[in-house]
Amino acid sequence: LEAGVATQVRGPSALDQALDWARRNPAQTAVGILALIVLALIVRYSLHDVAQASINGLVSGSYYALGAVGLTLVYGILKLTNFAHGDFLTFGAYMAFLATATWGLPLVAGILFAVATTAALGVGFEKVLWRPMRRRKAGLLQLLLISIGLAFVIRNGIQLYWGTSQRKIEANTGATVEFLDLRIGRIALFVMIAGIVVLLLVALMLRRSSLGRQMRALADNFDLAETAGIDTDRVVTATWIFAGGLAGLAGVLYATALGAFNPNTGFQLLLSLFAAVILGGIGNAYGALAGGIVLGLVQEWSTLVVAGQWKVAVGFGVLILVLIVRPQGIFGRERTL
Amino acid sequence: VIEHAVALDFLSQTGFWIGVGIIAGYYAIFTLGLQLNVGYTGLLNFGQAGFMAVGAYAMGLLVVKSGFSFWLALPVATLIAMAFGVLIGLPSLRLRADYFAIVTISFAEIIRVATTNAISITGGSNGLSGYETTWDDTSDSIQDSLATIGWGDEPALPLLLVTAVTAVILIVLLSLAQRTPWGRVLRAVREDEDAARALGKNVFSYKLQSLALGAALAAIAGYFIALDLATLFPDTFEPIFTFIGFGVLILGGLANYPGVAAGSVILWAILEGTRFIELPLVEEKVEALRFMFVGVLIILLMVFRPQGMFGKRQEMVLSE
Repeated sequence: LEAGVATQVRGPSALDQALDWARRNPAQTAVGILALIVLALIVRYSLHDVAQASINGLVSGSYYALGAVGLTLVYGILKLTNFAHGDFLTFGAYMAFLATATWGLPLVAGILFAVATTAALGVGFEKVLWRPMRRRKAGLLQLLLISIGLAFVIRNGIQLYWGTSQRKIEANTGATVEFLDLRIGRIALFVMIAGIVVLLLVALMLRRSSLGRQMRALADNFDLAETAGIDTDRVVTATWIFAGGLAGLAGVLYATALGAFNPNTGFQLLLSLFAAVILGGIGNAYGALAGGIVLGLVQEWSTLVVAGQWKVAVGFGVLILVLIVRPQGIFGRERTL
Repeated sequence: VIEHAVALDFLSQTGFWIGVGIIAGYYAIFTLGLQLNVGYTGLLNFGQAGFMAVGAYAMGLLVVKSGFSFWLALPVATLIAMAFGVLIGLPSLRLRADYFAIVTISFAEIIRVATTNAISITGGSNGLSGYETTWDDTSDSIQDSLATIGWGDEPALPLLLVTAVTAVILIVLLSLAQRTPWGRVLRAVREDEDAARALGKNVFSYKLQSLALGAALAAIAGYFIALDLATLFPDTFEPIFTFIGFGVLILGGLANYPGVAAGSVILWAILEGTRFIELPLVEEKVEALRFMFVGVLIILLMVFRPQGMFGKRQEMVLSE
């Protein structure tokens, strides 16, 4: 009995120490929790099923990540919660459709056209809308509602021109690659690799290049960066080129892999993109990659336990849980709160 | 013969405008909750459609599956919606404004996915019906009374009257509540949370009360939708319902309850009235034009008149 009392006096319990370690090492903790879930799933189901679900999760996770990185850049630098971002993805998909199906260009040209036009769309709205509103010191609610209005205009503009019927970007969606008895669609594999490579390049750009350093300076403190002599208008324009271009790319790749799309496709993805952004810590490009992949994995694993239609709800449930435990996201810094 | 045709046309138009009035009525009640949350407390509640779904489905299920009387189901379902407000508020009210917006919209989507997929309970996309028989009897007796003054020809008129009376009563009650010390503390929370806290006010509790009351208003709007449509479908409660509610809110103006009713009537009169303009377009493209109009309206308001028609500019504050 005395020994028990002594250990209590000696300091924080093992549980407290573990929780404290978890707070200081959120990424390792997240990986640990995911590993435990995988182990539990493998014990309950078969290794093959879990591996197949994980591959599907990595694929959808890479769409989420690719769509989320532009959202997180714009949020981090402009403090703008852009509800029109999902419709940027839709715009990209329809631009590629215009180039390939209507004009008969090859898919690669269609992708480049989509990236260029969606980037131009982002820059255009920056010039006519966001920059004047920043000058007027518009508030959070004002900017958020403008982005919702813009989302209505883009989505319904697309519907006005192309109608609501399902469209297809011609690609051989049926082809699959098989290894170790696991299947992955060839396009899905391409999308996944393209997504991860592009995201790593963006992260490298943010870390190494002069433009990336200036972007991070703006994200830290916009006014201070301006005072320090950074040409903020130029950096913001570059941000919209990246955000728009990546959204266009994500839109084409997602639409191609999905097979069919309509004017609502991007908006339906938007909340999952927000979830990926927040899971990873808002304003953080690596975070968007990690958040997207975690979201994709958890959603696909959930299909082993409950019916597939629930996976969207599972994703949002995980988001709410993570925010309760760690409001700044897995990779977010306390300061960004 | 021509006179006869015109008369019929006029009659059908009366029915049409009664329908528009009902929509404007329940959008107004829905948006009163947003006004309380956004306009007076500074909470960006984007999950209002979710609270409405909880209220409407709770009412429907209590009547159809649990055998509650319609009149008992209404207060019980309102309490259930308020409980959801507390449940969502407890973990999320400590988050900053934009995260709160995304958590509430995610909650609303979870509710919608659940009502779509729990087919054995809600009927999923086949819909839930059979809760409106009590209301139909009430509606008939109101219609009989209306017939004595010669207004007995419109089957939807009783619902319009009850919706409008409910909206007016709620506007009066909420406006009165705003003048009490309770209402003043809510504004203080919106303007400067830290100052309100320094004065010893429990800011968190006030936010929670605001959210729960807003959820109750969403639930009441949900009952009128349920009665208007006679069948509940999950797709009615998509996020776009909340977005249009925000359109109504900022058209009327922040921190003004009667403005919500004015905003709702004007927006829906424009949206539905334009159906009479003949356009050489198919229906889905006309629909697209109408929603582009809503988008442009929201953008123009936020750029040129962020306080809306009746709001005050100095009330456009969000403590963030």
